[in-house]
Amino acid sequence: MKRRKFLRDTITGVVLPSFLHGISLKALAGTPAVHAKHAVLNDDRVLVLIQLAGGNDGINTVIPFDQYSAYTAARPNIFLPQEKVLKLNGFDATAFNPALANMQQLFNEGKLGVVQAVSYPKPNFSHFRATDIWMTGSDSDKVVSSGWAGRFLHDVFPQFPDNFPNEAMPDPLAIQVGSVVSTVLQGPLFTMGMAISNPAGFYKLVEGKVNVNANSRWGEQLDYIELMSQKTDQYATVIKNAAQKVPTQSPAYPAAGKNPLADQLKIVARLIAGGLKTKVYLVSTGSFDTHAKQTETDTTTGTHAKLLQRVSEAIGAFMSDLQFLQIDNRVMGMTFSEFGRRIKSNASGGTDHGAAAPVFYFGNSIKAGIIGSNPVIPSTVTVNDNVPMQYDFRSLYTSVLQNWFNMPASEVQEILMGNFATVPIV
Amino acid sequence: MAIPSVTTSLKKYKGKWKEPEVKHLLKRTQFGARKEDIDHFASQSLRRTIHQLLYTEEPVPAPPVNNYNDDKYTDEEIQPGATWITATKVSGMNSGRRRNSFKAWWLGCMINQQRTLREKMVLFWHNHFATETNTVDNPTFIYKHNILLRQYALGNFKAMVRAVTVDAAMLKYLNGNANTKKAPDENYGRELQELFTVGKGPGSHYTEADVKAAARVLTGFRIENKSLPDVHGIFDAGRHDERDKQFSAFYNNQVIKGRKGKEGEGELDEMLDLIFQQDEVSRFICRKLYRFFVYHQIDEATEKTVIEPLAHIFRENNYEIKPVLEKLFSSRHFYDLGNRGGIIKSPVDFAVGLCREYDIVFPGDDSFADQYGLWGNIQITASQMQQNIGDPPNVAGWPAWYQEPLYDKSWISSDTLPKRTAFTDRMLNNGFARNGKKILIDPVQYAKLLSAPGDPNKLIDELASLLYAVELPVEEKQYMKTGILLQGLQGMASDHYWTDAWAKLQENPADAANAKNVTNKLKSLLKYMMSLPQYQLM
Repeated sequence: MKRRKFLRDTITGVVLPSFLHGISLKALAGTPAVHAKHAVLNDDRVLVLIQLAGGNDGINTVIPFDQYSAYTAARPNIFLPQEKVLKLNGFDATAFNPALANMQQLFNEGKLGVVQAVSYPKPNFSHFRATDIWMTGSDSDKVVSSGWAGRFLHDVFPQFPDNFPNEAMPDPLAIQVGSVVSTVLQGPLFTMGMAISNPAGFYKLVEGKVNVNANSRWGEQLDYIELMSQKTDQYATVIKNAAQKVPTQSPAYPAAGKNPLADQLKIVARLIAGGLKTKVYLVSTGSFDTHAKQTETDTTTGTHAKLLQRVSEAIGAFMSDLQFLQIDNRVMGMTFSEFGRRIKSNASGGTDHGAAAPVFYFGNSIKAGIIGSNPVIPSTVTVNDNVPMQYDFRSLYTSVLQNWFNMPASEVQEILMGNFATVPIV
Repeated sequence: MAIPSVTTSLKKYKGKWKEPEVKHLLKRTQFGARKEDIDHFASQSLRRTIHQLLYTEEPVPAPPVNNYNDDKYTDEEIQPGATWITATKVSGMNSGRRRNSFKAWWLGCMINQQRTLREKMVLFWHNHFATETNTVDNPTFIYKHNILLRQYALGNFKAMVRAVTVDAAMLKYLNGNANTKKAPDENYGRELQELFTVGKGPGSHYTEADVKAAARVLTGFRIENKSLPDVHGIFDAGRHDERDKQFSAFYNNQVIKGRKGKEGEGELDEMLDLIFQQDEVSRFICRKLYRFFVYHQIDEATEKTVIEPLAHIFRENNYEIKPVLEKLFSSRHFYDLGNRGGIIKSPVDFAVGLCREYDIVFPGDDSFADQYGLWGNIQITASQMQQNIGDPPNVAGWPAWYQEPLYDKSWISSDTLPKRTAFTDRMLNNGFARNGKKILIDPVQYAKLLSAPGDPNKLIDELASLLYAVELPVEEKQYMKTGILLQGLQGMASDHYWTDAWAKLQENPADAANAKNVTNKLKSLLKYMMSLPQYQLM
């Protein structure tokens, strides 16, 4: 049964605190949100986007195990040894990079899936332009200013930011951790999200601390302004309150500072569990631009392995925490990167900018598995060979909006500026 | 809270004279430090720089004009674009409009300030001899008062006090105009001592009897030609109290002998001599200058090593202002690293400084209506941040320059801080527009002023050194580079992505996608930089 329908059917005066984690349905029923046109206002579903900035090398992430000799031929200096790659239950043709142990486990538990060869027609090979395309959801040859999630939030909250925060939506519509608010969250006119620009700032806010600069004249002035800026941010209080409701999180996370992505996701889990009604979270991790020396001589180690290990460990810890905090049914996550990399490795032990690449999605409520087939590795590969597209990235967005947030198909088409078939990820 | 002490003295500064020092001086003595001005002064010596700031002769700016005809009112006497300071008719219909014109004009004087200290000092004296246009009401009085402040801005303080005492706007504002022998009004007599000269510091002990005596000395001054352009204060002997005036022990029990007829006016000069014999006058003004130009807290060491010697110079020079400022701005104390960045920008510094530092171009005199309108937008912006030039909260001026313990921290509140950021965001998004004329930041043009905008490290370093008075943590700069300019790309090897995008924009400006990419990144970078608390400091 659809959660939203369940809510509708059972909403009258029933209080199910555990279900909504402290927000009684009665209180919710009293708000205009329930009468709003969008189901998305009523449910408690959350999307977490993980940006892998720099262009992740898809072929060494999700390995086409069924074409092993072609794969080793195309990448003689960086291919991963057959006996080291991670097997996937029920999908013998495909394997994960050895650094993805946590994600392999999630896959085998049915909590993580892969969509193969995601891209768009006429792929762009510039980081900035390609990132803009992924973030705005535009065609390759169109320049759009607003982000796809920003337009989604604008559709649901068309009045924003006038009279926000309000009783119906007291919380930020979207939160980005670890950067300034990105194009993803840019609405047609306003930024629809807020940024917690660095995790340290978040803990300072929650603990009410500021930098201790006070031993200089400028420092004591700065301390005062920082304190005042914490107090005055219109959402600072709700964020602080939400965080304070969650004193304990899963021990699965690495120590603070060891894995920046895990640090960001830890904050996201805490805020979701703390009761924020925020719909979209965006976190990011960089350095995927592996032009040179992406592996050591032992190709299971080196730059790319470290990056993937970081992602895998962070997602693994995050999923454990969601379970620990009993919010695992409410959250769906998805990775994206501006492009994949070339099929053939280059002479400096790296890979150059490419086209299509796999996308990971995860959560308790998703449909796990592998969608699409392994990219075909040509037996005699050239530097011009790219992974051809199987799924348009906007099909994934369509699936999330339509099947996760239950947005009407017609509005989804408007938001994404086109009609894209859904993919069975949720 | 412990007050961080800076112990350097007024000895001549002989350290480096490079961009950071020039910037520090200009941020304090101008509204914002423009790159062009920093470069100009960095190529000269400290001595010549200070000489230019203090001693350049400047003409009086062209007076404010009629920009205010609208569908409800047309000024029959003053043509659009012509100045209204010659007007003979003041009415309820034009008074408010001319006051707005005056405020916009004054803001324009700040925007267009020359490489001199004058405009900053006009604001200093406006805060010191605070008057409110709401109370003075008559726009001609208001304009003339402002011109008086500008005339004496770097002149003789004692002469300035005399001129302000008999200035029409002040006579109106503090009731000097109503001060007669029959019904003395003590308002000005009190503020003259409490706020304008001896102050209320620990060394000031004037009494209530002194207030009364001063009020009686001042009887007779009134406003002449109230509704005409040559309005001024005059001495009207018939209203003057001709009896003797006894002052207290603070003023050595001196008596000002009552004078008859026109001679009565001379009592004012005698009284100013008496007041200015008190060393406390020089200390009070030097403390105020220190709070305006250096730092809000004055500890014992500062009082002894900075205030007292400056006050001595002030007295030795017969209350000429320039020697005091010259000493201060040439001192080790002023350039001490501990004193840089220690002031929170006033709203006027914040708003006007932004326009000047980014070289925002306003419409010229030929589009006076739009020009005044856009100057007015900036003036109103500063007003919304709680500094409405022409209308300080009361006769004491703005609390930021006198109210313990907050002083300039009082500029920052839950109301004003978001407004400051909203303003910087706005100036990067749409700015302000009138009839197709726009004022806003052009981030690409601004970046082109820098030495190597294509190098993301140098770009951020140079922006940080222009926009901030204090050093940013290295991690913060790193974050700006990877998080904003490179969108998450890390490591030295990634820098070229920004370099390439910048170069491509220079080679092919018509590439819309790339232009948008570069522009948006610069906008995000500048928005972020100006949203940091460091941007509030100068």
